[in-house]
Amino acid sequence: MENNKVKIIGLIIVVVVVGALLVKWLPSLTDPAGSDQAGNLVINFDDPNPAPKAGFEAAVEAFKAAHPNINVTVNINDREAHKTAIRNFLSANPPDITAWYPGNRMAPFVDAGQFEDISGLWSSDRNLSSNFEAIKPTMSRDGKQWGVPYSYYQWGIYYRADIFDEHGISEPETWDELLAACDTLKANGVTPFTIGTRFLWTAAGVFDYLNLRTNGYDVHNALTAGEIKYTDPRIRKTFENWQTMLDRCTFVENHATMSWQDAIAPFANGDAAMYVMGNFSVAAYKDAGLKEEQIDFFQFPEITPGLARAEEAPADAFFIPSGAKNKEEARLFLSFIARPEIQSDWNKTIGQLPPNSKASINNDDKFIVEGFETVSTASGLAQFYDRDAPAEMAKAGMEGFQEFMVNPGRLDAILTRLDGVQERVYK
Amino acid sequence: MSSTKAASQRASRQRMAPWIFLAPAMIFFTIYVIAPIFQSMLYSFYAWDGIGVPEWIGVANYGELIEDERFYISLKNNLLWLILYMLAVPAGLFVALFLNQNIWGMRFYKSMFFFPFVISQVVVGLIFTWFYNPNYGIIGEIWQFFGATPPSILGDENLVTYGIIAAGLWPQIAYCMILYLTGLNNVSADQIEAGRLDGARGWRMLRYVILPQLWPATFLAVVVTVIGALRSFDMIAIMTQGGPWGSSNVLSYFMYETALSEYGFRMGYGSSIAVILFFIMLFFISYFLWVMYQDERRG
Repeated sequence: MENNKVKIIGLIIVVVVVGALLVKWLPSLTDPAGSDQAGNLVINFDDPNPAPKAGFEAAVEAFKAAHPNINVTVNINDREAHKTAIRNFLSANPPDITAWYPGNRMAPFVDAGQFEDISGLWSSDRNLSSNFEAIKPTMSRDGKQWGVPYSYYQWGIYYRADIFDEHGISEPETWDELLAACDTLKANGVTPFTIGTRFLWTAAGVFDYLNLRTNGYDVHNALTAGEIKYTDPRIRKTFENWQTMLDRCTFVENHATMSWQDAIAPFANGDAAMYVMGNFSVAAYKDAGLKEEQIDFFQFPEITPGLARAEEAPADAFFIPSGAKNKEEARLFLSFIARPEIQSDWNKTIGQLPPNSKASINNDDKFIVEGFETVSTASGLAQFYDRDAPAEMAKAGMEGFQEFMVNPGRLDAILTRLDGVQERVYK
Repeated sequence: MSSTKAASQRASRQRMAPWIFLAPAMIFFTIYVIAPIFQSMLYSFYAWDGIGVPEWIGVANYGELIEDERFYISLKNNLLWLILYMLAVPAGLFVALFLNQNIWGMRFYKSMFFFPFVISQVVVGLIFTWFYNPNYGIIGEIWQFFGATPPSILGDENLVTYGIIAAGLWPQIAYCMILYLTGLNNVSADQIEAGRLDGARGWRMLRYVILPQLWPATFLAVVVTVIGALRSFDMIAIMTQGGPWGSSNVLSYFMYETALSEYGFRMGYGSSIAVILFFIMLFFISYFLWVMYQDERRG
C-alpha cells in the first residue's frame, strides 16, 4: 500500500517535470528560425530612462517590421553600468550592436581591435555618405569610420526668461553684454550662474565654451589631442576669462558638493538665473516646476571678436563589436537607423537633434529649433572635453577645473600639474 | 593483527578528515584570493588598459607612483583614517559600559546604539551627505541658527576627510560596542566581587579588574578597526568620489579609480597601488597574527 503511494507520487513528479521541460524546450525545437534563412541580432543599449528607451524601442520595432525574418534581442542597461560592463562583454560575449560614444571615448576599443571598421558602409550607404558630413570626423579614427550616430544635442546657456525680463536684460551676444547682464543680476540679488561640479564634467562644459570662444575650435582640438600645453599663453588667456567670469558672474556657492541635478534647485527657485548646460537638462527644469515660458536658451556669447563659432554637441552612437556573430544584420541595422525618417522620429521622442541633415526636427520644441539653428550654423562641433581628451587626461583636467573654480589663486600650480599629466598620458 | 590494521586505518582516516573538509575552502581560497594577489603583482609591471595587449614596462608604474601627488594624498588620508578610526575602540568601550547596566528600557537604548551597524555603509554615507549639506542639511541649519555661514564640509579639502571619517566612525563605534558587550558578559563576577572586597571601585576597578579581562575583545576591536580603516572605500565612493579634486582619496578608492572607473582603465598602475596597499595590510596583519600566536603560547 505505502509503496504504491510512493510510486504514484513519484510518477506524478516525473510527469510534471518532463511536461515542464517539454513546454520549455519544444518551441525552440520546432522554431522555424533554424530552418529558413532568418538571422539574429543582439543589441546592447545604455539608457533605461523613459524617453530614450521609448525612442530606441520604437526604432527597433520599425526595424523588425522592415526585416520580419530577423530575430532582434535587446538588452537595456543603466548608463553607468554599461560603461563598466562594456569591456567585459566586448571580449567575453559581444553583442552584434552596442551603444557607445564617439570621439576619444571610442579610441581604446578601436585601437584594441574591438570595434568593426564600417568605412565600407559609410561609403556605400546613401544616407551615411551624403547626409552625415558634419559629424563624420567624430566617428572617424585613422581615416576610417567606426560607428553610426543616432542623436546629438546642443549645449549653451539656459536662462530664466522671467528673471531676465524683470530686470530688463536681453540675451547677451557678446562677452561684455554677458558681464553687464551679470552685474545687473548681482545688483538685484540674483546669483548669475548655477552649476554643480561634484561629478566634474559640468565644469568642463564651462571651460570648453570659454576656450572655444577665446581660442576657437582648432585650439580645442589641439589641446585635447595633447599638442599644446596647459601653460600655453592661449590656454592661460582662457583661464583669465574664466577668472573674469568667476569675479563678475558669480557661480552658486558649494557647487563642489552638488550634482548637476542639485544645481537646478537655485535655478528653479529664482536664486540663480543662468546655467551652462546641454539640452537634456530641459526636462529636468520642467520637472523642477518651471514652465516652458520661464526658460529660454542663448548661444554662449562671442569673446574674441570675429572668431568662427564652434559648439559643443556630443553625439550618441552605435558600434559593431569585431567579435559580433551577425555582422550582416548589424550593418543592416546601422544603415536602417541612419535613415532620415527613423532619425526624425527617434529624436522627436527623446528631444534631441538628428545627425542626419535630411531628417526633420520637432518644430514645436523651441529648444530644439534654436539648438538646430545653433549647431547647423556652427563652424565646428566639439564632442566635449571628456570625450575629446583621453580618459586619464580628462579626469585630471576636470579636477583641475573644479579646483580652479573654488581656488582661483592656485591656477599656476594646477596648470603645471596638468602639463605633467599631459606629458605622461600622450607620450 | 587485523584489529591493529583497522586501528591504523581509522587513524589515517582521521588524519585525512580535516583535509577533506578543508579542501573546498582551500581550493576556492587559492583561486579567488591567493592567485589574484600574485596576478595583481604581475600586472603591476605592465601597462595595460584591460582590453589591448599588455606591455611590459618593468617597475615604471612604481616609479610613477612615487612621483604621483595623488598617491601621497591618499596615503596621508589613509593614515588619518587609521589614527582617527581608533577612536572607535574607546568610544565603543564607553558605550558598552554605559549599556551594561540593568535599568528600565535598556533593550531600547541598546538597539538604538546597535542600529548604525545594521544599516548598510552606503545608507550611512547618504545620510551623512545630506546631514553635511550646507544648504538643507542639519549642520547648515544649526550654523544658520547662530547666524554663521555654514561650512561646506564635503566641498572643503581641509574638512572633507574628517567629515567622512566621522561618518565612518558611527557604525564602527557600534561594532566595537558589540564586541565589548559580549566581552563584558564574560567578565567573571567572582573577580569583581573579590576586587570590591579589596576596596576597588570606579576607575581602579575598571583599570585593574575589568579591562584585563576584556583584552580579547580589545584585541579584536583593534584588529577590525585597523582593517576597516585601511580598506575604507564605500563611504568615499558614496560621499565624494575622492573629491573635491581628489583631496579625500584613500588608497583603495584611488586604486579603483585608476583601474576600473570611467576615467581609469590603467590596470597596471591600479595594480601597483593594490600591491602597496597589500603590503601595508600585510604589515598590520602579520603583527596581529604574531600577537595572537604569542597569546596562544602563553595561554
